[in-house]
Amino acid sequence: MNRDDFPILKDDLIYFDNGATTLKPRRVVDKIVEYYTEYTSNAHRGDYKNSVKVDALYEGVRDKVKDLINAESPKEIVFTKGTTESLNNVVFGFAKNYLHRDDEVLITKSEHASNVLPWQVLEKKIGIKVKYIPLDENHNITEENLEKAITDKTKIVSIAHVTNAMGDVRDIESIGEICKKHNLIFVVDAAQSIGHIQVDVQKANVSFLAFSSHKMLGPTGVGVLYGKKELLEKTEVLEYGGGMNSYFESNGTYELKNIPERFEAGTQNIAGVIGMGEAIDYLREIGLEKIHQHELELKRYAVEKMKQIPNIKIYNENTSSGILIFNIDKVFSQDTAIFLDQFNISVRSGNHCAKILKDEIKVTNTCRISFYLYNTKEEIDKLVEVLNRQDEVYDNIV
Amino acid sequence: MDDKLKRDLILEHYQNPVNRGLVDNEDYIKVNSRNESCVDNIDVMAKIEDGIIIDARFDGEACAICTSATSAMIKTLIGKTKEEAEEIIRNYENMINELPYDKTLLSELNVYDTVYKQPNRKNCALLPFRGMKEILEKSTK
Ligand SMILES: Cc1ncc(COP(=O)(O)O)c(C=O)c1O
Repeated sequence: MNRDDFPILKDDLIYFDNGATTLKPRRVVDKIVEYYTEYTSNAHRGDYKNSVKVDALYEGVRDKVKDLINAESPKEIVFTKGTTESLNNVVFGFAKNYLHRDDEVLITKSEHASNVLPWQVLEKKIGIKVKYIPLDENHNITEENLEKAITDKTKIVSIAHVTNAMGDVRDIESIGEICKKHNLIFVVDAAQSIGHIQVDVQKANVSFLAFSSHKMLGPTGVGVLYGKKELLEKTEVLEYGGGMNSYFESNGTYELKNIPERFEAGTQNIAGVIGMGEAIDYLREIGLEKIHQHELELKRYAVEKMKQIPNIKIYNENTSSGILIFNIDKVFSQDTAIFLDQFNISVRSGNHCAKILKDEIKVTNTCRISFYLYNTKEEIDKLVEVLNRQDEVYDNIV
Repeated sequence: MDDKLKRDLILEHYQNPVNRGLVDNEDYIKVNSRNESCVDNIDVMAKIEDGIIIDARFDGEACAICTSATSAMIKTLIGKTKEEAEEIIRNYENMINELPYDKTLLSELNVYDTVYKQPNRKNCALLPFRGMKEILEKSTK
């Protein structure tokens, strides 16, 4: 749907790597260009018209994000450069002070690097323990397994809403319920779900939520950290400078601004934030449920077609997101991806930055197709046609 | 060399690589090399005596270009002195990076002389050589 809105699709590109980043609609690009060509100015400082306008637009995006994820207040929305920075803020700004030696953090083996490494570093630094919630045979988190993994040392559960390596969708509402019952901090990495599935932070009892604009039709270099008000109040600021202090004196006294401004030191990615706001409007006008249903329909269609191709193994047939993981038997995933690229079909190969997944599905490398609103069944037909020519995979190797 | 011949040689090295499988032997120096793109991951090991590469082996998971280049490298370098090996590696890297090189030194490795046309493959073709250079460096210490 809406293919005409995406300038890059005017040629015969088949883009199936939306899990890595998404294409951008003209509207979003125009909105960014407008900031640079018509009213460039800094935020939070000017006494002149353009700066006032920038302020209003920039702060307006906080409201859009608040509505998108149903936060209680725009003060709970911090702009960051993306999911990675947001999660690092949670770990080193919040958890580092909140946790004590031997406290336990629960994650899973299919998390993205940005939801594993910071925790592992914190483990080394202050002696917390990172533990893995066992996954069931479909790589899902079950309520039962989660309950079993929780001990009286458990303080935080930090998981992806949708995993990038398997595309499984976690039931964050029921997990949130369990976290509430045990009084746990619940951190959700929404990088793969935002813009695909409706997220409601209040309903799911989410403590912190992280996502990136570039995976939801917006520009790169900007994203969001949502934190419940009382938790953001307890989060240490990791960057100091202009725009985040109320005053500072030569004698060493200073006062920081309130949340969320105190987390936004220095000139922010203003064009990026404004572009992200436009992407949110665009997505909400189409409707997230409609997008989600479209992705599921494409996935069902692709699974059905691909199952008829010899030597294709699909690893996540039953997950309910637009992510499909496969390999051609005995062909290294990267060779498959490079072969498909010869037909202008972009898919991702590799371990999808979730290195520990190999412990779970026993394959280290896969090809990943990830759909979005502009993908079509015709594109899948083309993919199937090319995969049926798998004998030619090495023909153009040199 | 025509493309078909090149392709056949590459596939032969990919499907039936030389000396795949590591040995547990302290006379060998072993290094692990990975690609930044987090896909190719190979171990290369070599036994060097009196300045000569007596044996080399590898194992790992990698694409066709990387695996075959590792195999072709091993085949080419066994029996060479360290200095000869360094010279071959230098010329091979120049070939991949589109710099002047002496093709007479590269024997079978010449099959990779068009890899530069596929920027996404360059690192795959270079990876085993990075590992072997590290081994040669270590062996001097
Ligand atoms: C599940 C998940 N978490 C986190 C990230 C990191 O996002 P970013 O690179 O935008 O910070 C990604 C991106 O691939 C992801 O898929």
